Amino acid sequence: MPEPAVPRTGPPAPGSDVHGPEAVVFPVPRKSRLTPPRADRRQVAAIFAGGALGTLARAALADAFPHSATQWPWPTFAVNIVACLLLGYFVTRLQERLPLSSYRRPLLGTGLCGGLSTFSTMQVEILKMLSAHAYGLAACYAAASIAAGYAAIHLATALVRRVRVRR
Amino acid sequence: MSALVWAAVILMGGAGSVLRFYVDGLISSASGRDFPYGTLVVNISGAMILGLLTGLALGHDAALLAGTAAVGSYTTFSTWMLETQRLTEERQYRRAVANIVVSLVLGVAAAALGRLIGGAL
Repeated sequence: MPEPAVPRTGPPAPGSDVHGPEAVVFPVPRKSRLTPPRADRRQVAAIFAGGALGTLARAALADAFPHSATQWPWPTFAVNIVACLLLGYFVTRLQERLPLSSYRRPLLGTGLCGGLSTFSTMQVEILKMLSAHAYGLAACYAAASIAAGYAAIHLATALVRRVRVRR
Repeated sequence: MSALVWAAVILMGGAGSVLRFYVDGLISSASGRDFPYGTLVVNISGAMILGLLTGLALGHDAALLAGTAAVGSYTTFSTWMLETQRLTEERQYRRAVANIVVSLVLGVAAAALGRLIGGAL
């Protein structure tokens, strides 16, 4: 996900509307050019810290519960679904409930959930299942991961929104 | 398993996430927000690199560091699912289905290609 608006210091961007020193400058629509995302050092540090923590948890689980190519990859499956629950919760809460924060999304979303979950390991696991002719397992694993991941995002999002409506 | 390896896991994991942030942001800046190309590029490139590492048949620690920690952190499952779910919320059903199917097909293909290259090296 692209980062939401980032508070900037220094001269306002052309075409932006600055209401004061605390004003948040929303990115103006850009032309289709490759532009590196704007992030200050502390935001990059937040992504690093979150990613390091998420990766440590995922790597520890993967190391503690090794499995063969034709066994259900519980470590990857578990971290992916838990990361989806957390990401749905964090993103919805940060976008729709809490005041704009520059560091929570990089730390918790981009860093922690991004580091905890993994796409590449899942793809290689599917590839190994296919190579071992475990086609049914590969199909079930892919379908279950996507269905559960999607449901986890949906559930966490709905929970945050339901609490919001009651207030 | 030494403490040094786990310290390296932490560093690689942090670096992988930061790299994902920049690649995703770079691609998204050019592709617009109609379709999550940023995450797609991150995940497919990561699947290919992990496939390549698998083909190289690294030792336990090297595989843990380069594969599980660095590439695993670089790619993301949760953002892929979040972006798909948000597309369906906006009633962009075809894009949501395309995001799942294209990622999955290209992801396995990229991992297979990477493993082929890694095995040949």
